[in-house]
Amino acid sequence: MASSDTLTEAAESGIASYGFGVNHRILRRLSRNRVAIVGSLIVTIMVGLAILGPVIAPHPPEKQFSGHRLESPSQGFLLGTDNLGRDMLSRLLFGARISLGMAALATVVIVTIAVSVGAAAGYAGGILDDLVMRLVDVLLAFPGLILALAIIGILGPSMFNVIISLAIVSWAGYARLVRGLVLEIRERAFVEAAFAIGATDARIVIRHILPNVISPVIVLVSLEMGTLILAIAGLNFLGLGVQPPTAEWGAMLNQGRPFFQSEPQLMIYPGIMISITVLGFNLLGDGLRDVLDPRYNK
Amino acid sequence: MHFRRYLARRVLYLIPVWLAISVLAFGLGALAPGDPAEAIYFETFGEPANDEVALEKLREELGLNDPLPVRYGRWVFDAIRGDLGDSYRNGLPVLPALISPLGSTLQLAVGGLIAASLIAFPLGILAAVKHNSLIDVLSRLFSLMGAAIPSYWLAYMFILLFAVNLQWLPVAGTGTWRHLILPCFTLGLGGAALLSRLLRSSMLEVLGYDYIRTARAKGLSERKVIMIHALRNALIPVVTVMGNMFGFLISGAIIVETVFARPGLGRLIIEAISFRDYPVIQGFVLFTGTAFVLVSLVVDLSYTWIDPQVRLSEGGPGRRG
Repeated sequence: MASSDTLTEAAESGIASYGFGVNHRILRRLSRNRVAIVGSLIVTIMVGLAILGPVIAPHPPEKQFSGHRLESPSQGFLLGTDNLGRDMLSRLLFGARISLGMAALATVVIVTIAVSVGAAAGYAGGILDDLVMRLVDVLLAFPGLILALAIIGILGPSMFNVIISLAIVSWAGYARLVRGLVLEIRERAFVEAAFAIGATDARIVIRHILPNVISPVIVLVSLEMGTLILAIAGLNFLGLGVQPPTAEWGAMLNQGRPFFQSEPQLMIYPGIMISITVLGFNLLGDGLRDVLDPRYNK
Repeated sequence: MHFRRYLARRVLYLIPVWLAISVLAFGLGALAPGDPAEAIYFETFGEPANDEVALEKLREELGLNDPLPVRYGRWVFDAIRGDLGDSYRNGLPVLPALISPLGSTLQLAVGGLIAASLIAFPLGILAAVKHNSLIDVLSRLFSLMGAAIPSYWLAYMFILLFAVNLQWLPVAGTGTWRHLILPCFTLGLGGAALLSRLLRSSMLEVLGYDYIRTARAKGLSERKVIMIHALRNALIPVVTVMGNMFGFLISGAIIVETVFARPGLGRLIIEAISFRDYPVIQGFVLFTGTAFVLVSLVVDLSYTWIDPQVRLSEGGPGRRG
């Protein structure tokens, strides 16, 4: 669901970075790019919190301390408690696992579909290519969230169905990008050479073409993580994904809604977590694009 | 290629895309679990069906026993005539139910677009003209934050600040123009972030061209150079994105409506989802899909109007992503 200009930019950066792969030169440039450093720092912290959540969380996220409802921060509850007497800090930490985990899972599904479909269409061409591209056109005619809503409406609200629906609506743009790159790479001399020495189609695609698609896909994965975290939190906020009592940032916003005038902190904390995480992934994506595409240094 | 031929081709291209959208909408409902006959029986008689003969008769009447392609054909022909079926929930026709809240949602979407432009245009132009100044830095910061902050969360923060603490604006609901300000700006902010960033880089590029130097050299005022010569050309990519933003605004409106308790398409679809009201969901997909392909047509046409140099011969419609 990345916007058209990010897709085009990423496509261009991919064409500019043929054969770079992820190597020393890129890592060195990355370490000098301030945007990328800030982004990867935020992402590392958030991923670290998600992984270490169960170790550092002071309380179980779903445990209700009945005498401690809606308490302000104290030594026992560093960020206070919610309306059911659950520890906010622990819920935020466990929420990171669900929010980031759902987004990561959806990203893996999306990239797998997009790369295989896009590479197949671009390499095979012909009717397969036409059919896939028309399907992509139709999917892109919709704003992703609307179609995702409809699919959840048919499948029913659940965490799993949120991931499925976002995967269905998000792969198309990336498949188009990969197809475009494959079309370009297919015409290059080293592919012709591989063909001339009798390499099979599968070998050409996997060994020679796909490695050259990796860098734009990496940029997109980073930008897509931000988009997906927002979309997942939004669907959970609408009550269409994880169900209570699971702690997830969007669902926590939903649970805090009835109290937001008297207890705004119930909504402020999860919102800040979402914003910072998305910011981190966006910065990382921007930084990676700058580094992978030397022309894009504005 | 002549404009009229381009127009004809562009309109003809809509037909297969619309048909594919209708297959998608129909398929969603057809693949859904559950028996529509049971749902309709329940809605008509107010009790779960236990009479298999009556159910079978109902299925036959509704044509549910026909093969899928036949059912699709019937559904799509009815849809073309404006009949999207009846809601499982209240038995009312779907199309009027979709149209009546449309005004409220469109009002919000248009308001959001205006709010986004009000922020993005001054900010983007100033940031480009005063490149690397404080306002440029602020505009980049604004773009970053606007893309990262969830609009539905920002809505509550705005309500807390402007409605609860400062009491300048109403908390929620509809009625006066004052009820529209917070929802529109909440919705518009994400778009403003994208637009101002785009306008800034587009203006920066255009300002470097020779004809801008020429315009300055012939003694035009800086204001004229920027507002007429630079802006018009910088607008070309911006208009495309604004058109594509319509979809973004409608889906954003659905969430923002929930926050501000506005009766719109958002409330309709959220309720339809919780009741598994498939005809409404199907109708919603077809309805919004139709709206989006029509909007993209208008965007493509206005694109050729703003920039007559767009090569009309390039075949199909502008690629969207």
